[in-house]
Amino acid sequence: MKKKIVLVGNGMAGVSCIEQLLKLAPNRYEITIFGSEPHPNYNRILLSSVLAGDAGMNDIVMNDWSWYEEHNITLHTGHTVTHIDKERKTVRTDMGITAEYDELILATGSLPFMLPLPGADKEGVIAFRDIKDCKAMMEAAKTYKKAVVIGGGLLGLEAARGLLNLHMDVSVVHINEYLMNLQLDRTASHMLQLELEKQGMKFLLKKNTETILGKKRVSGLRFTDGSEVEADLVVMAVGIRPNVALAKSSGIAINRGIVVNDYLETSVPGIYSIGECAEHRGVAYGLVAPLYEQGAVLAKRLAGVETAGYQGSVVSTKLKVSGVDVFSAGEYADKPETRAVRVQDDFEGIYKKVVIRDGKIIGAVLFGDISDGSRLFAMIRNGEDVTGKEKTVLLGESGTPAKSGAELIAAMSDDEVVCGCNGVSKGAIVQAIQEKGCSSVGEIKACTKASASCGGCKPLVADVLTYVLGAEGVKTVKEGMCGCTPLGRDEVVESIRSMRLTTSKEVMNVLEWSNPEGCSKCRPALNYYLGMVWPEEHADERESRFVNERNHANIQKDGTYSVVPRMYGGVTTPKDLKRIAEIAEKYEVPLVKMTGGQRIDLLGIKKEDLPGMWADLDMPSGYAYGKSLRTVKTCVGSTFCRFGTQDAMGMGIQLEKKFERLNTPAKVKMAVSGCPRNCAEATIKDFGVVAIDGGWELHIGGNGGTKLRGTDLLCKVKTEEEVLEWSGAFLQYYRETGKYNERTAEWIERIGLEQVKAALAAKEDRDALNGRIDKTLDLMKDPWKEIIEQQELRQTFVPMEEQSAESII
Amino acid sequence: MKRIHVGHVTEIGEKRSRVVRVGALEIAMFKLSDGSIKAIENRCPHKAGKLSEGIVCDHHVFCPLHDWKIDLHNGVVQAPDEGCVASFRVEKDEASGELYVHIEEEKILAS
Ligand SMILES: Cc1cc2nc3c(=O)[nH]c(=O)nc-3n(C[C@H](O)[C@H](O)[C@H](O)COP(=O)(O)OP(=O)(O)OC[C@H]3O[C@@H](n4cnc5c(N)ncnc54)[C@H](O)[C@@H]3O)c2cc1C
Ligand code: SF4
Ligand code: FES
Repeated sequence: MKKKIVLVGNGMAGVSCIEQLLKLAPNRYEITIFGSEPHPNYNRILLSSVLAGDAGMNDIVMNDWSWYEEHNITLHTGHTVTHIDKERKTVRTDMGITAEYDELILATGSLPFMLPLPGADKEGVIAFRDIKDCKAMMEAAKTYKKAVVIGGGLLGLEAARGLLNLHMDVSVVHINEYLMNLQLDRTASHMLQLELEKQGMKFLLKKNTETILGKKRVSGLRFTDGSEVEADLVVMAVGIRPNVALAKSSGIAINRGIVVNDYLETSVPGIYSIGECAEHRGVAYGLVAPLYEQGAVLAKRLAGVETAGYQGSVVSTKLKVSGVDVFSAGEYADKPETRAVRVQDDFEGIYKKVVIRDGKIIGAVLFGDISDGSRLFAMIRNGEDVTGKEKTVLLGESGTPAKSGAELIAAMSDDEVVCGCNGVSKGAIVQAIQEKGCSSVGEIKACTKASASCGGCKPLVADVLTYVLGAEGVKTVKEGMCGCTPLGRDEVVESIRSMRLTTSKEVMNVLEWSNPEGCSKCRPALNYYLGMVWPEEHADERESRFVNERNHANIQKDGTYSVVPRMYGGVTTPKDLKRIAEIAEKYEVPLVKMTGGQRIDLLGIKKEDLPGMWADLDMPSGYAYGKSLRTVKTCVGSTFCRFGTQDAMGMGIQLEKKFERLNTPAKVKMAVSGCPRNCAEATIKDFGVVAIDGGWELHIGGNGGTKLRGTDLLCKVKTEEEVLEWSGAFLQYYRETGKYNERTAEWIERIGLEQVKAALAAKEDRDALNGRIDKTLDLMKDPWKEIIEQQELRQTFVPMEEQSAESII
Repeated sequence: MKRIHVGHVTEIGEKRSRVVRVGALEIAMFKLSDGSIKAIENRCPHKAGKLSEGIVCDHHVFCPLHDWKIDLHNGVVQAPDEGCVASFRVEKDEASGELYVHIEEEKILAS
């Protein structure tokens, strides 16, 4: 029987630990999660964005309901665990459910600290902690005007900014003389205040609230100095308290938080604690980065993977208020034993301070320009010695420039965390770049979630990119798929996968396309990506296909079409030739021509004649119009040629029969030559096969079109089966990683030959790719036949109405 | 002005188009995703591309030849390109779903 894990607290720390655990040991445990809130796990950090109107409630869900299902996790939302029976190893909820555990994780987070003031229980006095609070504020803003936020820290200011966005009149009450006094020094704090006042926020500093006034609902506050302020909404954001009630009543050792050791073990064997409720070496953290680190250590422990213990974290913060850039990390305050380097520019509103002790950077505060933030944060965590070059840390210096971001990245170890919010390590980002071909911050964000939450680590992520790819390899300008979205190909495809989007409409809705129905660029691209990711679930959207692929013929400049029947390997028969000739005469085809790919092209066909002509031909479509396999060009090979070493025609015909009708990012051309003389010009094709003595050479990424590119040699194989296996794997890898409209030649330049080789090297990877391509191929039907047979498709080829002028006038 | 019967609303697929020929004039009839029907001349002002073959997005069509974007409400070509194609008033009989287009006589005779 599987061991049982119970997690109490369906929040950021607990669920992230479970996610890690599932990666390390997918089938080891039976998992049950209890959460008081009636929601799946969401990103609490982004409540500020929801309040400010920058994100919707649905955007902040991190693990939706189906995630729990997919991982066979039993989830009880709306249940608060009230009792732990340590002897029997069970927990019980307020609703009366019990569950057994072998290992129990307490991740109960924290509770907002409510000042015990007279009147604090009045209507209209709330905290800012969860979705419920957020909704309450948004609701209040509809009817009430005056809001007062108690607490001038991070949370208070973010709440205040959100309420301003909701058109409320907002005052912030702060007991200290300086805003964010736990993160900022006086200079930065003062600059912040000025900036927020410009945005319309009011401040009541050095004020101590005495009473909350009002009858049923709050009407104002009175301070200890006797002054008063009106208010019909009061938000308390004065701090948090680790939520230890359950642990305490269960006899688990607590101090401020639930006491844990470096392996997150509490005083009771088999019970662990992580997150804001836990206290490690005397510290209970209130930011996500440390919680993820704790979760990662615990996950390894539970998975039986060797790990060093949790050592505590240095934290950095960033204020998520638009138009204000504030960054703070480490020990930012001046002390007798510290010295600091400062830069202050009142004209630009920029202030930077780096605190140094014993030659090492231990803290930093940045205001106005926080681009140095991640670099400095890395130096703080690395404990880098800057003795003798203290000034260069901020100012740089001719001759000995400050270390570049990429150099700092080089010094980081692989498991060091780059994105604190989502717990993404340097190693994970490097992997995304190298293995998934990410080449922009946006693509990394889609792949790994790095920089997806507070965005503070964006510069650091960019540095990792530069470090891996070099300055030229990085896409600096963010290139969206088209004008409808800033998202790039990889982000969109990743979303299609992770959110199981199966129609263009869903994609455009969910990813907030600026044009509700897209444009001529993204519509065909989305249709392709959806079909690639969900071959079975996605219904091809004919209305999103470019004319040629909709009408299955190539539109010409005069609005007529060309028809190219399939002719496998460029091999035909007298019978087929006769039929083609007859039909060309019957339909008075103006031009009959050989194509560059060894096929016969009938040009100048009127649209309404197409279905009839296809029916008369009774041959499959040659796909001379599609983003698809066009042709496999062959030479005669050993069948007739005196130099031929292998059956080139036979090989080509097999390839063409196997891959015909396949949708690909752009057109794909193949060729097979019977010996290295290469008469079929295989080395300028997307996939070229050249026979050698006793085997075949496989070449990829060639192009004889717009930009001449010779192929790269992929590998040499012995048998025809292997040619089919490698070609299938190659095509599927291209289908899964190529951008719509990107030929293999551009694609291979973009992602690199080595990457392609690595992806295809292992037999099991090739098999998996072939499995997926076969699934797609199985579903393809001949489009000409389909149109001939279906009346409603066929009718679109003729005018709906035709009337002569005389009959009307 | 002539009112001409051109077909039934179900004959056009959503976000697709059908062609109607009236004398010398070729008209492209579009069905938008909200179900409404628009009619413009089936001839792109750029190089005479068949607009009926373009991709329809909200109330615009993209010409299949060189991607000009045209507003189906009024036939106006969208920036950065310039121009205009004739548009026609469509009347839909709500009860029967039959479609009629209103066209000036001159247009029918010579286009
Ligand atoms: C508005 C806002 C903005 C923030 N911004 C940032 C930021 O920019 N950067 C940053 O790093 N951090 C930020 N934070 C802090 C961050 O959100 C928290 O550190 C983090 O969510 C804590 O995770 P946790 O899992 O420990 O607790 P939580 O996410 O609070 O999860 C605990 C869950 O356990 C449930 N629970 C408690 N007791 C029980 C029980 N007995 N039975 C069942 N369920 C129970 C609770 O209802 C809760 O859902 C912000 C917080 C807020 C409120
Ligand atoms: S490539 Fe070799 S086998 Fe094929 S036709 Fe040319 S010479 Fe003959
Ligand atoms: S003919 Fe329409 S864009 Fe060129």
